[in-house]
Amino acid sequence: MRRKVTIRTSELSTGYRDKHGDSVISNSLDECLYSGELTCLIGPNGAGKSTLLRTLAGFQKPLKGSVEIMGKDITSYSDRDLARTVSVVLTEKPLLENMDVETLVSLGRAPYTGFWGRLSEEDHKAVESAIRLTGIETLRHRMVQTLSDGERQKVMIAKAFAQETPVIFLDEPTAFLDFPSKVDIMQLLFSLSRKLDKTIFLSTHDLDLALQLADKVWLIDKKIGISAGVPEDLSLSGRLSEYFVRPGIYFDSSDGLFKIDVKMRSEVCLRGEGELANMARKALYRNGIFCTKDKRPLEITACSGMISVNGRECASIAAMLDAVAAWQKEDF
Amino acid sequence: MRFVILTVSLVILFFLNLFVGSVDIPPAEVMDILFGKGESEGPYRFIVIGSRLPQAVTAILAGAALTVSGLMLQTAFRNPLAGPSILGITSGSSLGVALVILLLGGSVSAAGYSWGGYMAILIGSFIGSIAIMGLLLLFSIWLKNDLMLLIAGIMVGYLTSSVITLLNYLSTAEGVHGYAMWGMGNFNGVALGQLSFFSIAVAVGLLFSILMVKPLNVILLGENYARNLGVKMQWVRNMLLVTTGVLTSVVTAFCGPVSFIGLAVPHIVRMIFQTSDHRIIIPGCIVTGAVVGLVCNLLCILPENIILPLNGVTPLIGVPVILYVIFKERRGRR
Repeated sequence: MRRKVTIRTSELSTGYRDKHGDSVISNSLDECLYSGELTCLIGPNGAGKSTLLRTLAGFQKPLKGSVEIMGKDITSYSDRDLARTVSVVLTEKPLLENMDVETLVSLGRAPYTGFWGRLSEEDHKAVESAIRLTGIETLRHRMVQTLSDGERQKVMIAKAFAQETPVIFLDEPTAFLDFPSKVDIMQLLFSLSRKLDKTIFLSTHDLDLALQLADKVWLIDKKIGISAGVPEDLSLSGRLSEYFVRPGIYFDSSDGLFKIDVKMRSEVCLRGEGELANMARKALYRNGIFCTKDKRPLEITACSGMISVNGRECASIAAMLDAVAAWQKEDF
Repeated sequence: MRFVILTVSLVILFFLNLFVGSVDIPPAEVMDILFGKGESEGPYRFIVIGSRLPQAVTAILAGAALTVSGLMLQTAFRNPLAGPSILGITSGSSLGVALVILLLGGSVSAAGYSWGGYMAILIGSFIGSIAIMGLLLLFSIWLKNDLMLLIAGIMVGYLTSSVITLLNYLSTAEGVHGYAMWGMGNFNGVALGQLSFFSIAVAVGLLFSILMVKPLNVILLGENYARNLGVKMQWVRNMLLVTTGVLTSVVTAFCGPVSFIGLAVPHIVRMIFQTSDHRIIIPGCIVTGAVVGLVCNLLCILPENIILPLNGVTPLIGVPVILYVIFKERRGRR
């Protein structure tokens, strides 16, 4: 499928203007977002993620340069037309009492409804399909205040889909969610960007998830600026490490993910393959013990469901760690 | 169904308000007078048409106006404890009225004024409430925290009260008495001749509020969501400013600074209708506000020989409701 450019920034500088002059947050950005793609904006707090999102969504004016949406400058849109082109999911929690999920989702139709906000046949259809796509049919009649954080986030995403805009911006949609809900939300957005050919752009702190699921990532940092591209390209060019590697974090080029760096204190010989051996290696690694296949005074074997330390059998990884610790104490 | 029950109780309460009073008039006689039968002159007719009828109509309109105004403030400031009296809008009105009454020297009741005096009170009240409302909207740009805004509103209220105290100190005894009577609140401040003006002003304010149901619904999501959905926030703010200003100031000019109705009744309406949809709760607020207005008025006139001040009665209804809301809020947040 040929992907279209939906958002193009030219020479875009974002930030705030006040009487002390401009405080620029990001400078001269020339980038594009494409339809049918999920793009993640990743960077530390205070790097200007929200400011960039706010500028792209038309909430604030760029300091310099321009934003083009669907080939038209953002400033030339009327309020209503922009509302039919860009939808948002924000971090602010709607303060709602006594409103059910379906009514909230139908507020996404506001740019289409008339003076009283009455829903037409077509509006009902859009609300219905948004509810189905996000899989919240069972929540339909629940009151919004009774939802969990993950459920509420899905409902807000359904609102954005009911708005039927080609572009959707989400500000940290996975913040404050438990891990399964984070994965759930990211996968949902990923699959919907494909299915409906939407441009989805979201900011997140979940680096791992973003690197695994995003079509493109935009890395943002106050000092380095913004780099954009396919995650794998960014890791090959070393851009990713440039943004995130610091003492205690290293970049594992074998799977393109960031790992925690632990200082190695000793080495043991680990023989065996499969899940058990991998888990044993991981547990030893965390304790600063590096595993090698070469001969070492301490030899651990992990095969056919059994672990043994220098020939003595261990019932679990915990027992193995104890045995290793006991041996090391004797040795010194 | 709920609307039917409310409307029926509205009608019943309306007639009860006409039947009850310090002078015993048989209900049959009251009905005869109302429907133009019986004597065309006489003391009973004077009491029913000249006093009880305008008072009941005022209670209906003022109750509806304050409730709708409170609802719009709660939605606009995204705070269940917002209301014309809490946010200091009523005290702004009071300051305007105080300036007029105390500077004019003051006769005992507002009803005693000439048309010119009346207009002066109204304009003072309107300017006072709009000024406070504008100040609050200005604060709300900087104070993102709703609680801070509420506290700022209460502080502004204290400030206007202190100015009023100073004015009282400097004024004549007559002016102070007139202002104190007005300050206790009552629904009998609108004379028959002024009723049409009062009704039209309240009706215009209520009409404006009905015209705003769609933006009000969208604003429930928060300002940024509303902007993204194409709501012109500046326009909505200005409309809210004028509408709540008109409703609050007209009622305050005639009836005094009525407490608690604007704050508490929107919550009663939400409990009754179990929704936040303004297409339902704005009409709901109009009817329920009217019912509560009539109930309060009835409580004021029920005791033999005396008429209780309105602000002695409204907290009896308002305080339990507000406490319930606060406790429910705490439970909700855990």
